[in-house]
Amino acid sequence: MSANPIQNPTPNTEDQGQLRPPMNFQTRRMRANSIWRYVVNNLMTGLAVLSTVLVVAPLVAILVYLIYKGASSLNLDFFTHIPAPVGEVGGGMANSIVGSAIVLVLASSMGIPVGIAAGVYLAEYGRGKTLAMAIRFTADVLNGIPSIVMGIAAYSLIVMRQMHFSAFSGGVALAIMMVPTITRTTEEMLATVPHSIREAALGLGVPKWRTVVSVSLRTASPGIITGCMLAFARVAGETAPLLFTAFGNQFWSFKLNEPIAALPLQIYVYAISPYDEWHRLAWAGALVLILMIMVSVTLVRIYAGRGVLKGAS
Amino acid sequence: MGVGIDVEHLNAWYGSTHTLQDINLNIPANHATALIGPSGCGKSTFVRCLNRMHETNPIARATGVVKMGEVDIYMDASPVEIRRRVGMVFQRPNPFPTMSIYDNVASGLKLNGFRNKAILDETVERSLKAAALWEEVKDDLKKKSGASLSGGQQQRMCIARALAVDPEVLLMDEPASALDPVSTSKIEDLIFQLKSQYTIVIVTHNMQQAARVAENTGFFLNGKMVEFSSTDMIFTNPKDKRTEDYITGRFG
Repeated sequence: MSANPIQNPTPNTEDQGQLRPPMNFQTRRMRANSIWRYVVNNLMTGLAVLSTVLVVAPLVAILVYLIYKGASSLNLDFFTHIPAPVGEVGGGMANSIVGSAIVLVLASSMGIPVGIAAGVYLAEYGRGKTLAMAIRFTADVLNGIPSIVMGIAAYSLIVMRQMHFSAFSGGVALAIMMVPTITRTTEEMLATVPHSIREAALGLGVPKWRTVVSVSLRTASPGIITGCMLAFARVAGETAPLLFTAFGNQFWSFKLNEPIAALPLQIYVYAISPYDEWHRLAWAGALVLILMIMVSVTLVRIYAGRGVLKGAS
Repeated sequence: MGVGIDVEHLNAWYGSTHTLQDINLNIPANHATALIGPSGCGKSTFVRCLNRMHETNPIARATGVVKMGEVDIYMDASPVEIRRRVGMVFQRPNPFPTMSIYDNVASGLKLNGFRNKAILDETVERSLKAAALWEEVKDDLKKKSGASLSGGQQQRMCIARALAVDPEVLLMDEPASALDPVSTSKIEDLIFQLKSQYTIVIVTHNMQQAARVAENTGFFLNGKMVEFSSTDMIFTNPKDKRTEDYITGRFG
């Protein structure tokens, strides 16, 4: 073994004092290089931080401004009373808050199942098929259609036949808006599930449908939930599709086949009114709307994040 | 107990590529059979034909007769039934990342609608013991994800998962190729123990591994089976020149 040149020589007193090159010697060029790398590295990190701030700043600014403008009008009446007639002080948006919740539950219960099912078809059954390509294209186009057009679609499909505005038609309009986002996210998230774990399930004699439900969808569920939440948050603030579907009203209504109030509609009506009192309520309404979206998204995230095991990717 | 497998005139294609050409082979019950050969020679395709995983690829197809005991797996049974009788262990460990160790092992039963907790508990313990993993994981069966184990542990968990459905045949497609030597030797010990109860078919690139674990060895080359005989014969006295060239390292 003594012939091994890599092996460290045994410490020898005679060696001490001999000149050796220092371990961390650098040429001038290497030093210049490392300074340059240091500068570029910090520059890029700085740019990334700056971009993050630029992205977050508008959200924070909106929230702060809404609190500044709206918080003072928030009181118990706001959450418990229906709008007061013009000229009277007070009143709230209780019916709009409940109405929004009803319309959004309707929209989610229609849009989420359809969106996920379509995404499952695209990812698990339709690979390379013409129908799948058509659906994918349609979803992408649907995603780019202005929201008012969705309202017109629901208006002509439902409102014109029934001859009256309804909460249900508003839900349908919002559901149509949710579908393309959910479909495409579901498809993309399922595509990230490794083929090997599908094979693991199939190899155990698990039928394909069960593999899709219990393995593919379950593995992709965090991403799919995010997609659903994005779609939900997007339609929660939509006014245009509700203008001639849910239509809005000024009193309590829980019926699905009658016009129903919704926060964005109420905000819109109040914001374009000439009364200062209503303007203040509109600000408060906007604040409540954004808080409702934030709370529901956070709740779903916490709920969906429960039961994740240690080490699960 | 395991069953023997008779393969007659098996042909398989991926698209227009004829990946298996007229394979005839008798795999004896309760023995380990190794398949060796260079990459792309059709070994993996062959084992995937034995549990009809081959046909999960839309462009793949196969013809011929594969008899498992008395059952013609292409004529008499659905792919799902066959895969319950034939366990498979893949090249890379593929645990279900969202499931605990317990659920991973029980998945074959649970995903087929089996719910009896006492039997599930017993099966999980027996399978993990058979896969020599019980002692290492028994304390966090339900706490830890299957994906949190080391590579070698994951692979043994995948073996336990395959054993939990009580198969008659165990197909192993290079089960140790992604593992370190210590884990590899554990897997080999395991194969040695399991072959008294199961018919094992193992694809391997490692010829020493074939020599260590298998009674019989088949040599594949370019989609054909060149030679099949006892492992001793293949390694000491191959009949075919190409087999000899391969095992002596002259090519491949």
